[in-house]
Parts: sequence; structure tokens; C-alpha cells
Amino acid sequence: MKKEKKSVKTAENTLPSAVKKTERELPFYVVKRGDAEQTFGRAALIRASAIVIALLLCGIATIFVTGDNPISIYATMFKGAFGDAHNLWKTLQDLAILLCVSLAVTPAFKMRFWNTGAEGQVLISALATAMCMFYFGGAVPTPVLMLIMVAGSVLAGVIWAVIPAIFKAFWGTNETLFTLMMNYVAIQLVEVFLKVADKSGSNTVGPSLLKHGWFPELFGQKYLLNILIVAVLTVLVYIYLKYSKHGYEISVVGESENTARYIGVNVKKVIIRTMVVSGALCGVAGLLLVAGTSHSIDSNLVGGRGFTAIMVSWLAKFNPLMMVLTTLLLVFLNRGSAEVTTKFGLNTAYSEILTGVILFFIIGCEFFIQYKIVANRSHKLFKKKGGSENV
Amino acid sequence: MFKKALSLVLALTMAFSACMIFASCQGEGDLKGMSESPLPAPELTVDFEVKDDFKIGFIFLHDENSTYDKNFINAAESVKALLGLTDEQVLMKKNIPESNDCYEAAVDLANKGCDVIFADSFGHEQFMLQAAKEFPNVQFCHATGNSAHTANQPNFHNAFASIYEGRYLAGIAAGLKLNEMIEAGKITAEQAVMGYVGAFTYAEVISGLTSFYLGAKSVCPSVTMKVQFTGSWYDEGLEKEAAEALLSKNCVLISQHADSMGAPTACEVKGVPNVSYNGSTYTACPETFIVSSAINWAPYLLHIIKCANTDTAIEADWCGGIAEGSVVLSGINLDVAAEGTEQAIKDAIAGFKAGTLHVFDVSKDNFITVDGEKLTEYMADVDYDEAYTPDTQVIKDGYFAESEFRSAPYFSIKIDGIEFLNSKT
Repeated sequence: MKKEKKSVKTAENTLPSAVKKTERELPFYVVKRGDAEQTFGRAALIRASAIVIALLLCGIATIFVTGDNPISIYATMFKGAFGDAHNLWKTLQDLAILLCVSLAVTPAFKMRFWNTGAEGQVLISALATAMCMFYFGGAVPTPVLMLIMVAGSVLAGVIWAVIPAIFKAFWGTNETLFTLMMNYVAIQLVEVFLKVADKSGSNTVGPSLLKHGWFPELFGQKYLLNILIVAVLTVLVYIYLKYSKHGYEISVVGESENTARYIGVNVKKVIIRTMVVSGALCGVAGLLLVAGTSHSIDSNLVGGRGFTAIMVSWLAKFNPLMMVLTTLLLVFLNRGSAEVTTKFGLNTAYSEILTGVILFFIIGCEFFIQYKIVANRSHKLFKKKGGSENV
Repeated sequence: MFKKALSLVLALTMAFSACMIFASCQGEGDLKGMSESPLPAPELTVDFEVKDDFKIGFIFLHDENSTYDKNFINAAESVKALLGLTDEQVLMKKNIPESNDCYEAAVDLANKGCDVIFADSFGHEQFMLQAAKEFPNVQFCHATGNSAHTANQPNFHNAFASIYEGRYLAGIAAGLKLNEMIEAGKITAEQAVMGYVGAFTYAEVISGLTSFYLGAKSVCPSVTMKVQFTGSWYDEGLEKEAAEALLSKNCVLISQHADSMGAPTACEVKGVPNVSYNGSTYTACPETFIVSSAINWAPYLLHIIKCANTDTAIEADWCGGIAEGSVVLSGINLDVAAEGTEQAIKDAIAGFKAGTLHVFDVSKDNFITVDGEKLTEYMADVDYDEAYTPDTQVIKDGYFAESEFRSAPYFSIKIDGIEFLNSKT
């Protein structure tokens, strides 16, 4: 037995690679689906089944942890996200903010400009808004204050976005690292402001210090204005990307910079202009977060939305209208699983695990939309038992 | 294949032996050397009926992994068990940051029908106050805050405990240990230097470290103390480093006001006695742990639940002391503590209860001095404002009346004998 093994080993080492390959042949092939096969219906079916499988898996895991039946867990998730008027408004509000950040990163991503700095761009705009509220609040009339806040936050977002864009356009620096590092600069600047503005030692400048410049309530709903603003922005970004000349230039630069240059597009200009748009949208997100939502600022205000937005944008294939759905999915998971942990007294990490499992399936299913798995008929697995022993 | 099998066998052997080693360590760590607590958490009695539809909501900054929040969570669980409340009646939200999330969590709890909502972290205060304004029929209680007595919001309340008394008691144990070391000739009286790892240079920490120092000084007059601040409430690495830095500066005993095991572990490694906080660290540090003080929140939680169920107003500011059972001590590690520690602590407790003993006693000679002078008056910023305007005379009847004008500590004086090695605000 031992001898035989040894001889196989040496044989393996000397044999050409082709022979080795047949020995390790897999029972399945991965084949790319043709364009004809990638229909909308099929894709939708694959996505739906991924969500169903993910939910089933989460349900089973939750039964083990809580001993409750899965239906009540799904019901709890649904209740947490849409259960009553307050939850529904909060879900819409979360959706609006995340969608706004996602809209902001989309033009850059479509251009293949890997902006990982939305977090910092939103945070610096939030800081600008908060500083306007802190220093000008009460000193100028509210409409003027509002204008200053809008200008300040948009400007801050644009500055934070355009610096890496200029470096990329003129000196070819790596935008992923550059934008990422800008996040930390923003965080530290917020920390400085916290120390200056709030001396009580809490790690936040809260509503009692930022008393002026709050967004007004519309029809008694304090988040309605945010939601309306983001709804309008969604349509605008959709039109901008799909029907404007700028939008076309963005996709050409994204597909191939050389092609863009060949047809006479000024690539540097497009990169900088697109990041200005991105930064301005981040500025709006920062404004909505501080003036329209929290009326406070801390270094974790954006809470990772700048990174979640990347996923939202990718999942929706950079289509702003599809992004409404992907954002809704993420917000639903977030709020629903938080409700599950509160109701069943679980650790909050559990809700993150649930979200992670579901996202894993949703992102994983993209693979099956583009590829299919075909059985390898010649593999021993599919041959009769007698045959396999001969190999 | 053989290599793989071998490595697997080796790995399993190592894992198994590691388990055995840990298991044997655990075996030696039975609580043999611990005394009964001289100041245990009292048995609470229930003299009211809880309404069937009563609900209480909790907002915690972290979860059980933080000793700070664990202390609150344990109190909540014990009161829940005491009153026989159901899971539907006690809603807990953990890992709620000090941001708008706190406001949203409070609103959510109020919408779920909570009659009382309690938040445990200093930075939650403004957001609790914001929610309190929107839900006037719900009681919002906030631990460690300082603005309720001036906020003019009848359903918003602050609470704290006179933990400085607990620290003083723990300080007595530290001072007696120093005396023992001096008598044994291990150190001279001048070498009686304690180290203290603090989180921030805030009143809460300064009040605590000063009372600890005074406790030690009450029995060991030559003691001095060095303080290293970490700038974080929970950072195991920083706290360990700070403790080690203090040890390298010839500190012979360490205490801390931060929430991780950093300082106690550093002490155990170096074999230096440690006075702990927020609960016993005896199991992890059996050779160096002396005693620990902690705030027991159960009496306050029971109090607010009683108020809510008997339609009584809750005080804007509540400070629990030794009498209320809000300040507790762990057992004393008889293997490390000096002889007579238990009795000395019990005597001091009796003094506190009788009102004859005050931690910040400014009338005693050579006790509390600033630049060699005794304190005769001190204006503290009791009514919080952004500029920290001193507004209240807090020295009366020969002592600094900590936590009497509001529950949150306001003693923030740097007294002689204590050296701050750095500052973190």
C-alpha cells in the first residue's frame, strides 16, 4: 500500500500537467450564461429564491437561539420595520438618509472612481452644518441660517470629494486610499469640535447646544422634509445619469478612459466634475443628518452609511430607481433584526449576524445570475460504481 | 497526508492540554480567601403592587461585556426577578450610542408603552431630555447626569450614588495595606506611594480618586498618590499601560476608575496589591485583589418603579448612599488585605451612618489642603452651564458636601499629596 502511494507520487511529479488535471477533475463546471439566458425574469427568480433561502436559514438559527417559531420572528422583523406609524416613518427616514448617501457615491462608481470616502464627506458636511448651527444659531434669522447651513455643508462635502479627484486627475494617485484616509481626517476634526463646543465631557454636541436651524415639521411629521428632498434627488440623479450629456460622459470614462479620450472627452474634467456632484450630494446627506434628523453631532454620526452605500449602489447596478429597493432591503433588515434582539433579549451582535447571512445570500446569488453550474458527465461521480473503482 | 494527520494530532493535544491547564487554574481559584462583604447589597422589600400593564424600558450604552453596563444590567435583572416582571414588561435596548440613536430608542420604548425609561450613560442625557419633552406622561430617568434639577422638565430625572463613600472605605483597606508594608520594612513611610488609573480628568473621576486617597490617608498619614489618565472609559491596553507606567514610578499599590481588566491584570502579573472598582476581580487576580467598591442600582430602580406604580412623583435628583444600599463593597481578600481591615471598614461605615464621619472633612489638620492651606470655602458649578460658572457654596459645617446639592459629583479640586501625571478631558 505504502509503496504504491509513493510510486503514484513520483509519477505525479513527472507527468505533464494535463494528465494531472484529469486526475483532479471536478464533478461540476461553472459556465457563463449567455446574454439570452440572463433574462430579467430569471434574475428576479434567482434573487427571490436567495432571499427565501436566507430567511429560512435565519429562521432555523433563531429557533435554536430563542426557541420561538420562525413565523413569529419574521412577524417581529416586519413589525419592527413597518409595525406602527412611528416605526414606518423611522424606516422611511433611515431609507432616505442611506439612499441619499448611495446616490452620492453612484456617479463616481459608474465612472469607476472608487470613492470609499463618502463616510468622511458626509461627516465633514455634518460638521459644517453643526458648526453653522452652533456659531450662527440665534445670531441671524432662521431663513438666513438655513441658507448658510446649506451652503456650508455642500461646500464642505465638495471640498472633501474634490481633493482626491484633483490628485487622481492630475497625478494619478490611488483614489481608494486617498478618499479612505480623508475619512479619518474628518473624524479627527469632529473630535476637535466636540472638545471645543461641549465641555461637559459627553462625546457628542447635542440638541441642547444646537438649538437653531432645525428642519421644520411638515404636516406634523418631522422626517417628511428629508424624505421629500431625497425623493426629488433620486429622480434628478436618475435623469442626470441616464439622459444628460454628463451622464453619458461618465459611463464612457467608466468603460474606457482611452475611448473617452479618443472621442474627445476631457477625462480630467469629467473626473473632477463628477466628484463635485458626489461631494455636493454627500453635503446634502450631512445636512439632512444634522439639521433634519439628529440635531447633534458625534464622530460616529454617519455610522458606516458611507460604506453601506457602496453595497446599495452595486446591488442596484448603479440605477438610482433600483437603489430605492436595495436601500429598503438593507434598512428593513437592520430595523427588523434590531427589533428581534430587543424582543427576545438577544445580544445586538445577533441582529448583525442575521443581516450578514441575508446579505451573503443576496450578493452570492449575483454569481448564479451570471453563471450556471453544469454537471461534468465524465466525472467518476456520475459513473457507475464498478467504473469508479477502476480509476 | 501523514503530515496533515500529525499536525492535527499535535494541535488537538495542545488544545487539550491548554484546557487542562486552565481547568486546574480554575480549581485553585475557589473563593477561600474572601471574607463576607462588610457592606453587602441589601435585601430589598416590596411594599407596593405592580400594575399589570406596567412597563419599564432600559437603554444601555454597551452590553454585558462592559463592567459598567453589566452593573446596570444586573441591577435591572435583579429588580425584574424581585418583582416577578415578565419579559414583556422589561424591555432592554443594549449598545445604544450617545447620539440621536438614544432619542430614537427612547421614543420607541415610549411608543411600546413604557411607563418609565432609564438610560445609563452620561452622554445619553440630552437625548433623554429631548424625548422627555415629547412624552410628558412617561418618566425618563437618567443615571450620572447633572441637568435635571435645572431643566424644569417634571418627567426628567437624574440619579447617582455617593460612591465616594465606597471609595473612601476601599481607601482604608489600601492605607492599612501600606501600613503593613511599612511595618514589615518593605517600604519606608515616604515610599508609601499609590498609583491610580483614571479615565478622564472629570469631577466624577477626581471626586472618586480623592476620596480613595483620603480613605488611605485616614489610616496612613504619609501616603501620596500618582494619577495617570487614559482618556477612555474602556481601553484594556491603555489601562494596562497606565498601570505599568505607575508601577515603574515606584507605586506600591494600584487602584483604578476605568471599566476594563487592564489595571488589575497588570497588578496581578507584577504581584502588586490592587483595589478594584465595579465588582470583585478576585477570580482573575487572587494574589493581588484587596477589595472593590461599586454602585448598586437596584434600590433606585425599585424606587422609580414604586413611584410609577403608586403615582408618586420621582425626585428630579436622587442620590443613594450607604443607608439606601446604593453603595456596596465586595468581600475582602484575606490573603492580601492587612489584618484588621474588615473591622476598620465596619467602624467607618458606622461613622457614615451616624453622620459623624465625612469623606471631605476640611476641618481636620493635615488632611485636605491645597498648596498647604486648608479649604474653607469653595464655589462649585452645581447648576450646570456651558461656561462652568461656580454658583454654589458647597463647604458647610466643616466638610465639602459632595452630592448633596445635586447627585452627580462636583468635587474637582486637586489636593496636596495627589500628583496628576497627565490630563485627559
